[in-house]
Amino acid sequence: MSDIVIETDKITKTYVSGTNEVKALRAVDLVVTRGELVAIMGASGSGKSTLMNLLGCLDTPTSGSYKLDGVRVDGLGRNELAAIRNQKLGFVFQGFNLLARTSAIKNVELPMLYDRSGRKRDTRALSVAALQRVGLGDRLDHLPNELSGGQQQRVAIARALVTEPALVLADEPTGNLDSRTSIEVMALFQALNEQGITIVVVTHEQDIAAYATRIVLMRDGQVLSDKPVANRRNAVSDLAERDRTAA
Amino acid sequence: MKVRILIGLALESILKNKMRAMLTMLGIVIGVAAVIVMVAVGYGARSRIHEQINSLGTNMIVITPGASVAGGVSQGAQAFANLTIADADKIRNEAQVVAAVSPVVISRAQIIAQGSNWRTMINGVDTAYQTIRDWQTEKGDFFSADDVRAVRAVAVLGHTVAQNIFGADDPTGEEIQIGATRFKVTGVLVPKGQTASGNDSDDIILVPYTTASTRLSGRPRIPQILASAPSGADIAAAQEEIRTLLRESHHVAQGDEDDFTVRNQTELAATAESSTQVMTLLMAAIASISLLVGGIGIMNIMLVSVTERTREIGIRLAIGARGSDVLTQFLVESIVMGIIGGIAGLALGIASAEVLASFTGWETQISPLVMLVAVGFSGAVGVFFGYYPAKKAAALNPIEALRYE
Repeated sequence: MSDIVIETDKITKTYVSGTNEVKALRAVDLVVTRGELVAIMGASGSGKSTLMNLLGCLDTPTSGSYKLDGVRVDGLGRNELAAIRNQKLGFVFQGFNLLARTSAIKNVELPMLYDRSGRKRDTRALSVAALQRVGLGDRLDHLPNELSGGQQQRVAIARALVTEPALVLADEPTGNLDSRTSIEVMALFQALNEQGITIVVVTHEQDIAAYATRIVLMRDGQVLSDKPVANRRNAVSDLAERDRTAA
Repeated sequence: MKVRILIGLALESILKNKMRAMLTMLGIVIGVAAVIVMVAVGYGARSRIHEQINSLGTNMIVITPGASVAGGVSQGAQAFANLTIADADKIRNEAQVVAAVSPVVISRAQIIAQGSNWRTMINGVDTAYQTIRDWQTEKGDFFSADDVRAVRAVAVLGHTVAQNIFGADDPTGEEIQIGATRFKVTGVLVPKGQTASGNDSDDIILVPYTTASTRLSGRPRIPQILASAPSGADIAAAQEEIRTLLRESHHVAQGDEDDFTVRNQTELAATAESSTQVMTLLMAAIASISLLVGGIGIMNIMLVSVTERTREIGIRLAIGARGSDVLTQFLVESIVMGIIGGIAGLALGIASAEVLASFTGWETQISPLVMLVAVGFSGAVGVFFGYYPAKKAAALNPIEALRYE
């Protein structure tokens, strides 16, 4: 297995509406290696959401190639992409996107219901473990509306982790959270990243991106800059700092 | 996904919108119940006619005077009273494949006995009548061949007549007065119930045809001759033989129509059955329109459900569900709704049929096959009307579905 998780070669995405062509992505080359915590930044319209959809195999590029975890995924059909998403990817969304009126544990079990690889797994035990990993071992049977925003996002993270994906993609994961809860979620991402999980976070907040190991800045469908974070912040110590100033 | 999980999901989703699901299923419930009731009544009527036709006798052949059709114009079977006792005798003496023959001399008369009186049908018959109609006596005996030959004034009472005149007492050996003649009762027949036309077949008195034609009606022509074939397989041959004999004795020229009609029990049954069958089909067809309307209700609510759950569909697609997974999920949901509606409709239908039966006295009959078909069909309605919404759900784009508010 290669150490390169994401490798795009000049991928482009062009949307055609009527006679209008919108070039959302223009030849983006991006390589992410295992164990990175990458933040993709950019203003709205910069192409970061399009890139996110392509990286997440929710959409196919107009041209260029994309290798995810060593597998060429551009040109795959709907069903094959579904299988890739199921096996290799974990998603965390801004709006949490949990199934309403469905318990936390059932939400976490969900990806394994669609597993067609034929593996025999104890879905419940794995889900419990995933929820424990995000600190919600005591909230298994709570419904999403009985949980706080931060807790809901942790359930979503547990759902993303449970299949042990090659890559966790988080689209504005802190967009719906207050600043303290945002840092808590980033603390969780940093902890998971320490354990070797590759994470790509799309965000427009500089504060959030500062917890990443590397920032990719997008503008007009192209990568404007791609640099490691110089003064990387530690979410856990930031939380402690906040507690001190509050007291 | 496993079927168990799919059904669980379907039930979960139905329970989340109990009221809505119930109203949706109501269409199917009413449709299935209507079909069940209609079919139950139809089958009941049919089996009743069967029973009645069978109660007429075994391998019976009925000969009535007059051609059913003469020169292209239907005459009605009684148009010519041209059957005679001699015809019956000829069949009895010359036919090879006829087991038994009896003329039937029919008249109505007032009877008086025990200080009460009763108007009923008097049938003058031969002893063979008992064999042909397979009609046993519950008390006493049928009159004998000797009684017929000697033109004795003896009578066998139908169950209704005996009840009305003698109550629970055994009338055997008692005397009754029919018209001006006193008859000695030899026995009482076992009850046969209603005829196909709704008459009481036990409201009857049987006397020797010899006695009936001389002392009661005095007419030499008779309205009916009954015969029977030795077995079911011989019926056609027996009918043909009777035709040949009667054409001979009636001097019907070659190429002319018969001036009498020979029918067997199966033909009688078929006529009665085909008319009830048409009615049953018609009623079931009308009832199934409501099933169709119920199906449209399912489709409507499934479309609403797909729109409402666009985000859920997006989540499922994003985490790796295939279009076919989503399709199956929604399809199973509409099938489950259809089947639950079908089972409830079946219960309602059975109950309604029972209630109907107890109020009207109609016989109803629901076979297990009909139940199975009813539930199966409502499931099929679920498939048919659930497919389009499910297909729509499966075709959603995950990105747009996730963004849906």
